[in-house]
Amino acid sequence: MSGQKRMADIATYVLTGLGLMFFLAGTVGLIRFPDTFSRLHALTKADNLGLGLTALGIAFQAQSWREIALLVLIWALALLSAGTVAQLVARTALNETDPE
Amino acid sequence: MILFDATLCALIIAVALATVAGRDSFRAIVFFIVYGLFVAVAWVRLDAVNVALAEAAIGAGLTAVLFLAGIGRLRRAHVQADQGVPLHLPAALACTGLTAALGWAWFALPLPDRPAPQLAQAMPQAGVENAVTAVLLNFRAWDTLLETVVLLAALIGVWMLTRDGNWSAPVGLPQHVRPGGVLSGFGRVLPPVGFLVGVYLVYAGTSRPGGAFQGGTVLAAVGLVAAMAGTVRPPRITATGWRVALIIGPLVFLLAGVAGEMLGSGFLTLPVAIAGNAILAIEIALTVSIAMTLAFLVLGPPESDDSGGSAS
Repeated sequence: MSGQKRMADIATYVLTGLGLMFFLAGTVGLIRFPDTFSRLHALTKADNLGLGLTALGIAFQAQSWREIALLVLIWALALLSAGTVAQLVARTALNETDPE
Repeated sequence: MILFDATLCALIIAVALATVAGRDSFRAIVFFIVYGLFVAVAWVRLDAVNVALAEAAIGAGLTAVLFLAGIGRLRRAHVQADQGVPLHLPAALACTGLTAALGWAWFALPLPDRPAPQLAQAMPQAGVENAVTAVLLNFRAWDTLLETVVLLAALIGVWMLTRDGNWSAPVGLPQHVRPGGVLSGFGRVLPPVGFLVGVYLVYAGTSRPGGAFQGGTVLAAVGLVAAMAGTVRPPRITATGWRVALIIGPLVFLLAGVAGEMLGSGFLTLPVAIAGNAILAIEIALTVSIAMTLAFLVLGPPESDDSGGSAS
């Protein structure tokens, strides 16, 4: 039983660590990239993967299927809204840089 | 964990300073949102999940949307957001005074016991298991009732700004959404899930963190997304059904209060026999009214496309 727990702990450390790396990379990209579109690219990719890996890592510590389902729901909602907002921001930026 | 808490405190103070120190209003609002989210995390660390939910939904979410809508309105009317510079000093003085008063209260008042023994004694009479809901809707019902009336008064104030010609138009600005676009798809996918989350928050409020304000805010956000994406048409002020929905919360609250008086336990004091059911009824009615009021507040008064820009 404790062997299983240790495996789960290792999975959590590795996955949340990877997730944090993506958050870090996304933040660096957000600060360093030159224009709105490449910043959005950095933000959405890193955010989605970062949050997904973090949620996956925490899922290894879940006590029940309900908790896992909630983590999946949180990730899916963040994914949905981040994708939509990125599209809306990009469209607004496009209209501002390229007036008819 | 002390390191985490110290970092969180430092972040909250830094973000608060960034909110008030910057010159650009849009920047200030973005920092205000971040500030609200950090404060929500702080409430979770203090084991006050109810307050955290309210702060995240109302403080960081809805208030910020109201600010953003305000900025958009100012830009459309070609008003410089920073015109009132002479007003900054009195505002800064008033805020400093408030901070000083709060600081004084912190040192002057005795710290309450935790958990307060009187509350633990009274809980069996509350009708619900969640102590926060018991305080909000039973022991301190006056505060909550007045809060909902204040919300309603704020909405009436916003509606007073409507031009005569627009009075029977749908509330808010006309929304322009590309059919089949990303936003219109979002407006179809999110509302069902959001509706479920909002209803669950209200339902959970009797025994766990949650309640009418938190659930109502989520439902208001769902309605706003649906309205902005063109999934639903915003209603008109003149529609009777929507007006009833706006006042049903305070109305049921008052009726329950009167019932308490008639059953002999006093106005707004719920007798043990009916407390559980009465609180559930108040919660549901309040949720409807809070959700509607908040959504209407964000949408603003009825406007037609040309009325904003040419106003001044």
